[in-house]
Amino acid sequence: MQTFILTFVILFLTLIGFILGKRRSVKISNGGVNKLHSLPGYYGLYVAMWCSIPAVIFLALWLSFENSIITTLIVSDLPDEMKDLPPDRMSLIVNDIKNLAEGNIVSKEPDEALKKAALHYSRLKEVAYASLFTLIMIISTVFGIFTYRKIQSNFRARNKVEKIMEIILIASSTVAIFTTIGIVLSVLFESIRFFRQIPVFEFLLGLKWSPQMAIRPDQVGASGSFGIIPLVTGTMLISFIAMVVAVPIGLMSAIYMSEYASYRTRAIVKPLLEILAGIPTVVYGFFAALTVAPFIRDTGALVGLDVSSESALAAGLVMGVMIIPFVSSLSDDVINAVPQSMRDGSYAIGATQSETIIRVLLQAALPGIVGSVLLAVSRAIGETMIVVMAAGLTANLTGNPFEAVTTFTVQIVTLLIGDQEFDSPKTLAAFALGLILFIMTLCLNIVALYVVRKYREQYE
Amino acid sequence: MNPNFDDIGETIGAPLLENGSAKINCNDVNVFYDDKHAIRKVSVDIGKNEVTAFIGPSGCGKSTFLRCINRMNDTITSCRVTGEVNIDNINIYNNELDVVLLRARVGMVFQKPNPFPKSIYENVAYGPKIHGLAQNKAELDEIVYTSLEKAGLLEEVKDRINQPGTGLSGGQQQRLCIARAIAVHPEVILMDEPCSALDPIATAKIEELIDELKQNYTIIIVTHSMQQAARVSQRTAFFHLGYLVECDDTKRIFTTPDHKLTQDYITGRYG
Repeated sequence: MQTFILTFVILFLTLIGFILGKRRSVKISNGGVNKLHSLPGYYGLYVAMWCSIPAVIFLALWLSFENSIITTLIVSDLPDEMKDLPPDRMSLIVNDIKNLAEGNIVSKEPDEALKKAALHYSRLKEVAYASLFTLIMIISTVFGIFTYRKIQSNFRARNKVEKIMEIILIASSTVAIFTTIGIVLSVLFESIRFFRQIPVFEFLLGLKWSPQMAIRPDQVGASGSFGIIPLVTGTMLISFIAMVVAVPIGLMSAIYMSEYASYRTRAIVKPLLEILAGIPTVVYGFFAALTVAPFIRDTGALVGLDVSSESALAAGLVMGVMIIPFVSSLSDDVINAVPQSMRDGSYAIGATQSETIIRVLLQAALPGIVGSVLLAVSRAIGETMIVVMAAGLTANLTGNPFEAVTTFTVQIVTLLIGDQEFDSPKTLAAFALGLILFIMTLCLNIVALYVVRKYREQYE
Repeated sequence: MNPNFDDIGETIGAPLLENGSAKINCNDVNVFYDDKHAIRKVSVDIGKNEVTAFIGPSGCGKSTFLRCINRMNDTITSCRVTGEVNIDNINIYNNELDVVLLRARVGMVFQKPNPFPKSIYENVAYGPKIHGLAQNKAELDEIVYTSLEKAGLLEEVKDRINQPGTGLSGGQQQRLCIARAIAVHPEVILMDEPCSALDPIATAKIEELIDELKQNYTIIIVTHSMQQAARVSQRTAFFHLGYLVECDDTKRIFTTPDHKLTQDYITGRYG
């Protein structure tokens, strides 16, 4: 609520800045607006930008540090015997203080120290808000006035606005980059904690995956073994089955759409195919688990094959169907991008359409097709919902598609579901798995992008 | 100037070649793109083993007409052709004709060099392979090397015959396309502005090549360059707005054309 009011205040000041800046530029021009370097709107915009951007940045910084500073302040005022508590108990107390101050339910009957701290907390909050409000007003106004006074007829507001726009755009694009870095770092640090307990080589080369750990010494249970090879083979097996389904079907439908289909057919078929990509993966998941898997098991039983009810085959087949639109859509684009002159050249020698496609178009589009397939593979490796529902949890080290296997994503999900203790290797293993998974798909994506880019250069 | 076409009616100065010397005979050819009437009642004879040049301002239909002769217009769905195009007295628009074989007999070279993204060797071998012209590797080699030789390219590429055709210079690429076309032993070669993307030196080489090729092939060349038409062709046809205005010996077209439009065009008064 408070942030909302502050945003509104900044917006209001910005609007005033715009109007005043524009008016001043018109006034300076003395009626001859064309004597100004820029259009009056640019002067308004320039003032408005300086009214808003520094204030917004300040607000963002304040809000991100306010909480930790206030927490430190109330903790330092707590009685000495509470100060020395371990961090997790301390955070419970801080939570209680905040809840008490805001009138929420508290975990236990508040004692005197807690009440005092809560009072302190709400006072600090009030002071913080008041000073934030004042500072925002001052920053916005000072920058506004400063830029307002800079307006003269030869002031290049248009160029300055351009510069600010550029900076805003750069800032927006870095948000995505920093988010990625943040994710990688968080996974990385947890993984390092994991690798302190389990050696890297045991993790990467171990043949047995059984992450169950005894929580209490007297408990019966495995000591846990963390070898990811069964997960690697399981993931590979399912992805392989998926690609066996998706690549031929996707590629052939791409060829049909780009070469044979009339404009009208293409306009209908392509969106229909892309609907496949819009089906939620959880729906694919229960389709795989409830329809495809039993069907495969029953069919297997008919011919005397022993198929488990959660088979790699079922998950792989359905995942393949899910990936078809990726392959077909990207391949369709790259086949379309092959210049018409290639087709003409081939037809003019007397090649038929299929000869042209196989010998010229596919060859010319090959790098692009490879790129799209690699992107599809990385998508298959990272796919979660279908395998969670249809592939099973047993970490079998097998190449048999009729057996249940498990994948990285399935294990991450099962390791993190439910109550967890974040100091046991069992839970931390999820982050290490995530890190490996991330590295795998990252490598695939880099290779795919490299191949696709190389292909583009060829025709531009 | 805005010429009045009502008086074209019949194409003038287009004497049909004497019996036997015409390789291709076109009769009342009309081409429509949807409703657009792109070629209007064109009748013309193309002489055997000589070069015929099609000239005319942009959009006059000369390329469209050229593409009628190997039925490349079939690949454009909105395009419809009526009339007769006879090659050796067989109408190529009859229903029994195999378009694929026709295109092997009537080769084509395009405005922009379009080698396939394959090696030089594979570019030339492409046609012979799909038509099964070679029984074994030695025969295929023979065809490839002779074709490159005929296209005047062998000397320049024989050391890098397995490197990509796209790595050659523009003029070399165009000669590679000519080699590719003659590798399937065509009788007719259609050239759609083959030099418009090339520099003068490469152009001169191609023109020289055309002059040699005419001993064995019937060649039709579309060109925007009047000088080129005068240099390489024996007969010239002038197109305007879908009409064939005039067709005659090149010398006559460039010295004493019958039609005023032709004269205006070749003297550069418009177009």
